[in-house]
Amino acid sequence: MAGAFWCVVEDDRKGMPKKVMAEVIGEAARLGGPVEAVWLTDKATDEGLKQLAGWGAGKVWLLENAGLAPYRGEVWVPPVAELAAKESPKAILAPVTSRQREFMARLAAKLGVGLSADSVSLAMDGDKLVATRPIYAGKLLSKATWAKQPWMATLRPNVFKPADAQDGKSAPVERPSLAIPAAQMKFVERREEASTGLPELTEAEIVLSGGRGMKGPENYVILEELGGVIGAAVGASRAAVDAGWRPHRFQIGQTGRTISPKLYMGFGVSGAIQHLAGMRTSKVIVAINKDPEAPIFKIADYGIVGDLFEVVPELTKEFKRLLEK
Amino acid sequence: MKILVLVKQVPDTATQVKIGGDGKQIDTAGITWIVSPYDEFAVEEALRIKEKRGQGEVVAVSLGPDRAKETLRSALAMGCDRAIHVNDPALATADTLTTARALAVVIKQEAPQLVLCGRQAIDDDMGAVGAQLAEVLGWPCASWIMEEAVDADAKSVRVGRQVEGGLEVFELPLPAVLSAQKGMNEPRYPTLKGIMGAKKKEIKDVKAADLGLASVTPELSITKLEALPARPPGRVIAGETKDAVKELVRALREDAKAI
Repeated sequence: MAGAFWCVVEDDRKGMPKKVMAEVIGEAARLGGPVEAVWLTDKATDEGLKQLAGWGAGKVWLLENAGLAPYRGEVWVPPVAELAAKESPKAILAPVTSRQREFMARLAAKLGVGLSADSVSLAMDGDKLVATRPIYAGKLLSKATWAKQPWMATLRPNVFKPADAQDGKSAPVERPSLAIPAAQMKFVERREEASTGLPELTEAEIVLSGGRGMKGPENYVILEELGGVIGAAVGASRAAVDAGWRPHRFQIGQTGRTISPKLYMGFGVSGAIQHLAGMRTSKVIVAINKDPEAPIFKIADYGIVGDLFEVVPELTKEFKRLLEK
Repeated sequence: MKILVLVKQVPDTATQVKIGGDGKQIDTAGITWIVSPYDEFAVEEALRIKEKRGQGEVVAVSLGPDRAKETLRSALAMGCDRAIHVNDPALATADTLTTARALAVVIKQEAPQLVLCGRQAIDDDMGAVGAQLAEVLGWPCASWIMEEAVDADAKSVRVGRQVEGGLEVFELPLPAVLSAQKGMNEPRYPTLKGIMGAKKKEIKDVKAADLGLASVTPELSITKLEALPARPPGRVIAGETKDAVKELVRALREDAKAI
């Protein structure tokens, strides 16, 4: 419907929306709605559609076509732009993920509207939407507003309050008749990363990060063990990645991943500005470092000045003990 | 093969940034400027493509004020052949789309087979210009690429783009836009010879009017910059490791309710 808040669905590529969509839908509802989901997929499931309704989508625009997977900008943008021209949404929101980041930028260019990427707050100011986003390595916050609708923004995961899921709700599903263009990009293959068995860095509620204090690649196993006990992802600082101890995909910071977990724990991480840029919006920050002068203590909620090689095994033991209770 | 690389001048990460008098831009006094790190990966990759093919031209392009010339000089010192500087006060408040539109005109004039840029500039961290440029040009694009291989005829490029949990490999017809992710290469340091040689290389100045951009109205405007809200002071837990860990776990569960 005209004036709706569209939420572009990020899914698990198996027919289920990712749980970050609860945050996007929840925010769209808080901003006044009405909330509509727009789902581009090669295969949706009934369960997935129910999930979107349960989070609060009043309608689902379902674009289901084999050509839509894997994501390619030149295939996704035209049908959504055509639908937007017909339906005149007030806003288009999506979570920050690898494909939404690119898709939203391309769609904004196609529609000729502004995009606020990696927003950490959205608020109505009269009849205008104002986005807040970190800039300059998170050293400042920038507030921005749009010249016209639809207001387009991507939302940093784990920052916005998720909608509560309600059982038994359903929403009308519309399958608009839209031309899906042929792809220019030919899909060759997908190479899976060796699984650590731990959550994805940007999606995890708890992240453990190992810095130069880890002393070598062989020692990350103690963080992975702790991560396995409490369900945490394990990341690294730039110093550790540049030393070749961890692959780049594990880097947290300005030239790595931006994370915003409920709990961040840094082990032997000094807290260089470029690392802080990637984790300073974490809700609770814990620092474990031998050096009491390490800058990370300035932003930490809790700190232990000590040897991580003593602290980590104790933490693992303590959490194990509690879980057994 | 002609390759165009987009580079942006940004404040050094370690530089302190202060809000300027108008409250909408930073105070640039005393700032150390660098080439945005991701753009260096793009420059390096462009140079490697040229070197591998044994021929071609790499053109560096930057949109920015007078000082952005330093960034173009750095790209020339690394080995780019010539540079184009889009320099116009009318573009001072350009948002990503305005920037993409301006650069698209340059690209149409230059007609390269490949455009490379960094995955994002580390000042405003929008990460949108590459993709928007592709949309304006109607070209395919791949973001956050970790590897590339241009085919012998320079008709297509095979790329691996980083996604959650893996790498997706695609073949793109050229021309195309690619944005570089860290890890795809190790950028070279300019040699003394490169630095000296860069002084003689051409930097062409371009104004908004040269690009047919009469008036520039950003679609997204900054209304205000703000300092970060202060975090409440933290608590250092002292004592024997065992006791400190016990107390930390208790505090995380009961006080912070973080786990």
